Parts: sequence; C-alpha cells; structure tokens
Amino acid sequence: MIETVLFYILAAALIGFGLMVITRTNPIASAMAMVGAFAGLAGLYAMLNARFLSIIQILVYAGGIMVLVIFVIMLLNLEPEDLQRMRAKGFVVLLALIGVGAAIVSPMLFCVIPNKDWANGSVSPEFGSMASVGAKMFADHLFPFEILSLVLLTAVVGALVLAKRKL
Amino acid sequence: MDNQLFTLINIAVMTVVMWITPLQFVPFMIWLERKGSAIIQDRIGPNRAEILGVRLFGMIHNFADVVKLLNKENITPSGSNKFYYWLAPFWSMTVSLLPLLIIPLAAPIMVGGHNIVFQAANFDVGILYVLSITSMGVFAVILAGWASNSKFSLLGGLRSSAQMISYELSMGLAIVGLLMVYQTTQVSAIVENQGALVTAWGHALPLPNWGIFLQPFGFILFLVASFAETNRNPFDLAEGESELVAGYHIEYSSVKFALFFMAEYSNMVVAAFVISTLFLGGYQVPYAPTEVLMAHPHGVLIALCVLVALKGGVLGYIFQVHGERQEGLKGVRKAEPFFFAYLGYGLALAAIVVLFLSFGWTLPDWAPGVMAAVLQLGALLAKVFFFCWLFVWVRWTLPRFRYDQLMRLGWKVMLPLALVNLLVTGLVLLTQK
Repeated sequence: MIETVLFYILAAALIGFGLMVITRTNPIASAMAMVGAFAGLAGLYAMLNARFLSIIQILVYAGGIMVLVIFVIMLLNLEPEDLQRMRAKGFVVLLALIGVGAAIVSPMLFCVIPNKDWANGSVSPEFGSMASVGAKMFADHLFPFEILSLVLLTAVVGALVLAKRKL
Repeated sequence: MDNQLFTLINIAVMTVVMWITPLQFVPFMIWLERKGSAIIQDRIGPNRAEILGVRLFGMIHNFADVVKLLNKENITPSGSNKFYYWLAPFWSMTVSLLPLLIIPLAAPIMVGGHNIVFQAANFDVGILYVLSITSMGVFAVILAGWASNSKFSLLGGLRSSAQMISYELSMGLAIVGLLMVYQTTQVSAIVENQGALVTAWGHALPLPNWGIFLQPFGFILFLVASFAETNRNPFDLAEGESELVAGYHIEYSSVKFALFFMAEYSNMVVAAFVISTLFLGGYQVPYAPTEVLMAHPHGVLIALCVLVALKGGVLGYIFQVHGERQEGLKGVRKAEPFFFAYLGYGLALAAIVVLFLSFGWTLPDWAPGVMAAVLQLGALLAKVFFFCWLFVWVRWTLPRFRYDQLMRLGWKVMLPLALVNLLVTGLVLLTQK
C-alpha cells in the first residue's frame, strides 16, 4: 500500500521534473529541474532495494555532473533575448507528436515481450547492491570500463590543449 | 506492543532526534566561537546581554541574536530570480540537517525484550549517503550566488562551489582508504570494528582499532577536506570579507541570512560527528568495548558519576576563575557558575542515591544496557565537542589561503597524497593476508 503510493508520488515527480527540464526557458531552471528528476529516480531505485544505485545517482549525477552543467550555463552568460530567440516555434507541436508516438509504441513493447511479468517486478534482490554493481563493473565488463576511462582522459587532455595553449 | 511497531516508533524517534541535534548544537557553537575567539585574542568576549541579571557568560546573546535577526527588514534585491533566491537558504539548511541520520549514538541495547537502536538509518552504504548529501550542499551556494544578481555573490558562489567540488575528491578518496581497512561501508559495522585493539601482522598492539591509528594519513586528509567542505577558515574564500564583502550571502538579510548562518554551524557539527564516528571510534569508549561495559554495570555507574562530577567541577572552576578575574561577578551572576556547572555534582550524587535506594546493590536487568548507552553517548559527545572546538581554534589561529594556493593544495597536493595513501594501504593489506 505505502509502496504503491510512494511509487506514484515519485513517478509523478520524475515525470513532472522531466517535463520542466525541456519546457523551462531559463537554463538554470532546467538544470535544477533535472536535479529534481535525478532525486525522483534515486527514490525509485531505493524502492527497488537498490540502495547503492540510488545513492550513486545522487552523488554522481545530481551532486557532480549537474554542478558542472550549471557552471557551464553560468559561464555562458546567456541573455534573456538570446534564450527567447533559441526557443523553437513548433516546440509544443513536436512535444505533442512525441507524446502520440509514445502512446502508440508503448503498448507494442508489451506485445513484443509478452512473457515478462511486469506487475510483480522483474529485478533480482541483488539488483543495484554494491557487490553486484562492483562485479558487473570490475569483472564482467572490465574492458569496456577501462576503455571508457580512456575516453574521459581524452576529453580532459583535449580540454587542456584548448584552454592552455602554452603549458 | 509488538516488535514491528516498536521498531517503527524507535526509528521515528531517532530520526527526529538526529534531525534536531545539529539545531541544538548551533547556539552552543555560536557561543563557543565568540568566547573562543575572545580567549585566543585575549579579550573578555560578549557578556552584556542579560535576562533579569542572568548572563550565563554570553549565552544570552543567542536570544538577542534571534530577536535581532527576526526584526531585520527582509530584503529581496531587484533583478534577482525570486524563486531560486528564496530556495537557496532553505536548501542550505535542509541539506545540513540530513547527514546525521546514519550516525549511531550508542550500541543497540535490549530492554524488556525489545531491541532499541540509537541510529536512525542503518544502510549498508551509509558513508556514501553522507557524501551524497553533502555534495548536494553545493547547489545552495551556487543558487544563492547566481540568483542574488550581484557580482560579489556570484564570485563567492563560483569560488565556493569550485572549492567544494575540488575537495570532495580528496574527501572521498580518504574514506576509500578507511573502507579498505574495515572492509565495509556500513557505519554501524565500522564503529563496532573500532572497539577492538589494533592487530598488525598477527600482533595485537595496545591501541584501540580507531581509524586515526589505522589511517593517520587519511585522517589528516579528511580533516583538511572537511574544513574546506564546511567553508571554514583557512578555506573560507566563499565569504572572504576583505575581497568579496560577504560572498554568496551578501544580498541576504533577516531570516534568510539566519538560515545560512545556522547552516554553516550545523555543517560544522555534522562534520565533527562524522569525523569522530569514522576516525575516532564513534561511541566506543577506548579499551572498553560494549561487551565489557555490559558485564561491569557497577563500574560503568561509578565511571558515569565520576565523569559527571568531574565535568561539573572543571567547568565550574573555569567559569568562576575566569568570571572573577576578568568580569568581576556581582549579584545574581555570582550564583551562575554554581547553577550552570556545579549542578553536575548534585546530579551525580542524586543518581547514586536514587539507584541505591530503589535497587540496593543488585541492579535491574535493564540497567547495564542503559548505563552503557549513556556512557557511550558521553564518549561520542566528548569527541564531537573536541572537534567543534578544533574548528573554532583553527579559524582564529590560521590566516586565509589565496585562491590559487587553495586550488594548488586541493589538486596538486591533497589528491596525489590521497592516491598514494590508497596505494600504501592496499600494499599493507596485501602483506597482512
């Protein structure tokens, strides 16, 4: 009972914040709405008993990445007129089209995977625990994980080269 | 009462207790800061506010502060973004009250067949919870700086958030060293581990198994990083009065400023709790783990009474000597040291008399657990008070860093040192296997 109520509250918050991310004119407002969306997602993870995932969701995405995003937005220093100009005219139409498309596609998903037990949850109790995430990252998918760190290193080196011409 | 309901009520009570604990510490911290700075600078410090002649050595100033802050004009600067301008102080206060939920105040005890825990949330990933909540505190600073529509606050906000992000890395890495030593991320398990003695290569050393002895380097890194995270001197560039007037909260007045002010102090209290829990054994009394305390209830009772009396005596002596030498106590103020601190004697005596009259020499079943919990709570609070004082002490002793020095320290000194610490910890752990 409590779980159902909590789920709908969190899901509504997640969808509401998600909509705010794409409808706000002010980029800071969008970024803060995204923080709220991450918090809702973390709550959903916590309800799946995936405590590690939910905390990492807050720690890495809300606390780390979104701070950097807000930094970038502040340093860009966009004027309100620029923002008005950037706002697409047919945005609402596009949104409506996406909504209709999603309404058509989502029942098809249920037909494609008919044997999935959607109601009773399909994640194992181990889902999102520290041990299972660690095993996935450092045992099953170690090579892609290391490659990803190389990609990030490339980005850091690239940023340094662009920012500091003479070191 | 069935067990499930009992657990629910227990957790709810503990949640409220841990939520308001930092709030209770805030007036004490403000008083400590004022009197501490006065002692360090050889002044008398604030002692003029009074209620009917009672001054309590400047503690009444907290009431004066509240009245003053509530009566100030509540300004909203023009051109500010109203919603985020108002959101920032509330965000700051909320985030600073949350992390204490995972701190255990004492070992769980059994009373009348019920298991009572003194910890609101016992996750398996408790330490990460503290890190994730404190990382959310950056938004308050950024939003306050940005929404005020003032270049000083924007500069303060950007500086402070850059500083907090930089030092979060070393803080996290210092904690990783601790996790490698204790092999768990559950805070209650870490504290339980700290009750034993240190064993190195099979030999027991006469030292408690505390983080500060197992990870001395990690302790220093964590301490420095927590000073930076709480925006305290020598890392208080967010405020930097000489450069930025007051940093990110320059445009805030009245209650909104009070929220930022209280959040700063409650952040300090939270940091003191976290450091004492992770590195100084939490609630553990040195050389006396929970089982030993449970087995010797009479010893615990005597220790409690002696400590309470000692605390009352020392505090009373300090207040009386300090008061008479520097302030010349007159009238009702003459009785203050007695009322305020010598009360400890009376409490200790009353506890012994009441217990003896009601139970004689045989203590009831619940007594060992309850008394052990009280002693452990006292041990934790003693450590916390020490760190609260350390925060004040450092602020009034060290000068502020320059911004480039701050960044160099964070990225070029502390981060490599934290990585080296991890490497050494790993190597030592390998040789111990």
